Amino acid sequence: MENDKKDLRYYAKVHSIESFGTVDGPGIRFVLFLQGCHLECKYCHNRDTWDINLGNYQSLNELFDKIMRYKNYIQPNGGVTISGGEPLLQVKFILELFTKLKKEGIHTCIDTSGIVAITQDIKDLLKVTDLVLLDIKHIDDEKCKELVGRSNKLELEFARYLSDNNIPIWIRQVLIPGYTDDKNDLLKLKDFINSLKTVQKIEILPYHSAGEFKWKKLGLKYPLDGVKQADDNDVKRAKEILGIT
Amino acid sequence: MAFEQWKNFKSGDWQSEINVRDFIQHNYTPYEGDDSFLAGPTEKTKKLWNEVLELYKKEHDSQGGVLDIDTKTISTVTAHDAGYIDKDLEEIVGLQTDSPLKRAIMPFGGIRIVEKACEAYGRTVDSRVEEIFHKYRKTHNDGVFSVYTPDIRAARSSHLITGLPDGYGRGRIIGDYRRVALYGVDVLIKEKQEELDVLDVDELTEEIIRSREEISEQIKALNDLKEMAKKYGFDISQPAKNSKEAVQWLYFGYLGAIKSQDGAAMSLGRTSTFLDIYFERDLQNGTLTEEQAQEIMDHFVMKLRLVRFLRTPEYNELFSGDPVWVTESIGGMGIDGRTLVTKNSFRLLHTLQNLGPAPEPNMTVLWSTRLPEGFKRFTTNLSIKTSSIQYENDDLMRITLGDDYGIACCVSPMKIGKQMQFFGARANLAKTLLYAINGGRDEKTGKQVTPRFEPITSEYLDYDEVMEKFNQMMDYVAKIYIKALNAIHYMHDKYCYEAEEMALHDREILRTMACGIAGLSVVADSLSAIKYAKVKVIRDETGLAVDYEVEGDFPKFGNDDDRVDQIAVDITKNFMNKLRKHQTYRHSKHTLSILTITSNVVYGKATGNTPDGRRASEPFGPGANPLHGRDTNGALAVMNSIAKLPFDSAEDGISYTFSITPGTLGKTDDEKITNLVNMLDGYFAQTGHHINVNVFDRSLLEDAMEHPENYPQLTIRVSGYAVNFTKLTREQQLDVIHRTIHERI
Repeated sequence: MENDKKDLRYYAKVHSIESFGTVDGPGIRFVLFLQGCHLECKYCHNRDTWDINLGNYQSLNELFDKIMRYKNYIQPNGGVTISGGEPLLQVKFILELFTKLKKEGIHTCIDTSGIVAITQDIKDLLKVTDLVLLDIKHIDDEKCKELVGRSNKLELEFARYLSDNNIPIWIRQVLIPGYTDDKNDLLKLKDFINSLKTVQKIEILPYHSAGEFKWKKLGLKYPLDGVKQADDNDVKRAKEILGIT
Repeated sequence: MAFEQWKNFKSGDWQSEINVRDFIQHNYTPYEGDDSFLAGPTEKTKKLWNEVLELYKKEHDSQGGVLDIDTKTISTVTAHDAGYIDKDLEEIVGLQTDSPLKRAIMPFGGIRIVEKACEAYGRTVDSRVEEIFHKYRKTHNDGVFSVYTPDIRAARSSHLITGLPDGYGRGRIIGDYRRVALYGVDVLIKEKQEELDVLDVDELTEEIIRSREEISEQIKALNDLKEMAKKYGFDISQPAKNSKEAVQWLYFGYLGAIKSQDGAAMSLGRTSTFLDIYFERDLQNGTLTEEQAQEIMDHFVMKLRLVRFLRTPEYNELFSGDPVWVTESIGGMGIDGRTLVTKNSFRLLHTLQNLGPAPEPNMTVLWSTRLPEGFKRFTTNLSIKTSSIQYENDDLMRITLGDDYGIACCVSPMKIGKQMQFFGARANLAKTLLYAINGGRDEKTGKQVTPRFEPITSEYLDYDEVMEKFNQMMDYVAKIYIKALNAIHYMHDKYCYEAEEMALHDREILRTMACGIAGLSVVADSLSAIKYAKVKVIRDETGLAVDYEVEGDFPKFGNDDDRVDQIAVDITKNFMNKLRKHQTYRHSKHTLSILTITSNVVYGKATGNTPDGRRASEPFGPGANPLHGRDTNGALAVMNSIAKLPFDSAEDGISYTFSITPGTLGKTDDEKITNLVNMLDGYFAQTGHHINVNVFDRSLLEDAMEHPENYPQLTIRVSGYAVNFTKLTREQQLDVIHRTIHERI
């Protein structure tokens, strides 16, 4: 198969591109959504990014050139964010890309669950990463397994590693009524965040069901069917518990 | 020249010649600060504005949205008596007729249009007027149709070329209304008399005769202007002596134009920084407070919001929502590096807050990446709140136009007082492509519209063959198009000459022949489909290609993909070069715009299925926009695609209408502003020319469609102008709603 021959340092499996991202990191972001995810988040709003066999291969140079076409917009205070899927499944590629971007003075950011082993590649990548958007799936390990199909052990270790190596973090918590909004869990999360040195921002992302159609399109049942979307009051309450404004 | 009214102004060439730019450069005060100095509306302003809102309501509830028509008086600079909203409250006076929102008749462009319009709103034209214009006085419209050739008529009625100003005023001429304030009318008359002397030459050629006659008309118009002002109790023969007079004099200059012409776009120019010089002088003298300065500007803008013309329902389909394009160009940078933003630039924009959002005047910010940060943030914040502002690339236009140009209509830049254009509507290039495939037969009617060309007969379209035939058809369309425009503008000059506006121009001016194209993204996508996918032709029993089946995917315009974007670039250059091959009336310079106004809906309606998969009758993208839903890489990818279109082949402007939901622009208000500033800086650094910025949720528009009464001032930007959303036809409302609104899921 042609795909198997690709050198994964120079090719990425791409889901899509958003040239005007404003919610995944500071400023205007060129957001590259990579294909493939090893989690099974019930609330996933990009269900179509899971299957690594989908998506298109795009080369490093092609993507780098493409990003450079947006330099005028992202240079002032934005940058590039790699999201997914789980971008760290394609760590070798991101390492190459970020190395090139840093030479151009472009701000680099990864939007990840952090549920990956900290390999040498990951360590090298983090040296050229300016910011990590760390999506804490669930602070409670059992609930985490239930919600996303994986233990949170690796992601908490990942967070610790970021903190120990002075890498800026924006913590993200998707707020799902009945799933991630328990007061004790949020307090536990607060304690964990307080133990990290490099957290610059905590973002509460209210759960919405806008991604439901993507499950249906793939002929799948939406696991959170009927769960209410988080509203402003839910977010306010969570923020109060977490002690953020 | 020396006038007491010029006291404290720094001297310069402007005192020995008519030279407003020189006056501005010597006397203006650049402002680099923020909006904290601005004042809210005064009690008087609030009261007066409430009266205007009442009038709006009455107008809205009247038949066809037309409050009243003076069907007796043939409108001229001096025809109507003075009119007021509420005389005691008005700081700035002057109405088109003797009563607010009462529309005038202007039959010199065409009597039939006036009759049709009156009829549509339940009135009849006075019999004396009918008699004059049917029996004794030929109109522009009569003139054009007396010379139109059969090929022009055929291209016109098949909608290959549409929207031509052959039955209505051409507009898009900006008088330098500032001259009235700075010099007073007597100086201007004297100048024109000297111009006549210059033209007292040995040989009276046709050209000299025409110029002498035009200047005589201009002198008459200037005398009329003085008489008009007198009806309001003002003597404008002398320069304005303070800021209130400066605004009043300038407005009278503009009022003379809109009393004597109902051109499609009657733009104001670039006045706010000029006026700032007077405001600054008065503020320094201690004769004016900031509140009073704002009050004058608020009242001035109220007047501009009352401008109305009598239009037919068909016209409204082309240019929906009763627009008049009182376009005012604000900001920009001087060629010496100083910003042309002044406090009065802020005051003018601030009327959007003091009086609430409105489509007029058509607020146009001349954007430079070097504009002061405070101004950038102020305007973008207003955009987010009101969706009432358009932005055009000052860094791009300054290269060829200097720093005293203004925008006419939507996107047409011209040097103020030194340049005018012959407005030429647009050619439908999507239909041209279909004609190329069908050998000049109309895809809807089957009628042979052009001379018979060889049609394409193959089952699948071959790119090279299509391009060859498309080129031939574009040659044909370019020829007919210029022929039609030459006829139109010859007759407009002859029967409907804009004497008052042209009196506020230099004698030697640059004239442009402003052509336009519609359907660019449809053509680019169609050719891309033919090149990169397989397009099968479906023909009816007469062999007419009526539909297309596209097999496979293809690059689409609006995704920053050179494979298709280059096609759009090439077509633009190519069509422009074809136009250049033809002689133009008065040796005007060929220019081109990629702008549809709201007629993208009508053009789409008149065009059959296209090879890109677009269905018959579906709207085109407005201006240079991609077709709805074809862009999948986000807003900046669209901007990059559009920014590739070459301004030097489309000097009359390239319009992009951009809509985004507030949440997609950023999380906090501060982030939204910063992101929009950086987006505009980026787009214009990328050499984009124009952008309309709309910030709203689709649900808001849907609600406004159902409950228009709750949204009397809801303003949105469509191609090149702003419009009161509730005044759009339902079809156009749906087009706006269905259009790409950038949104993050």
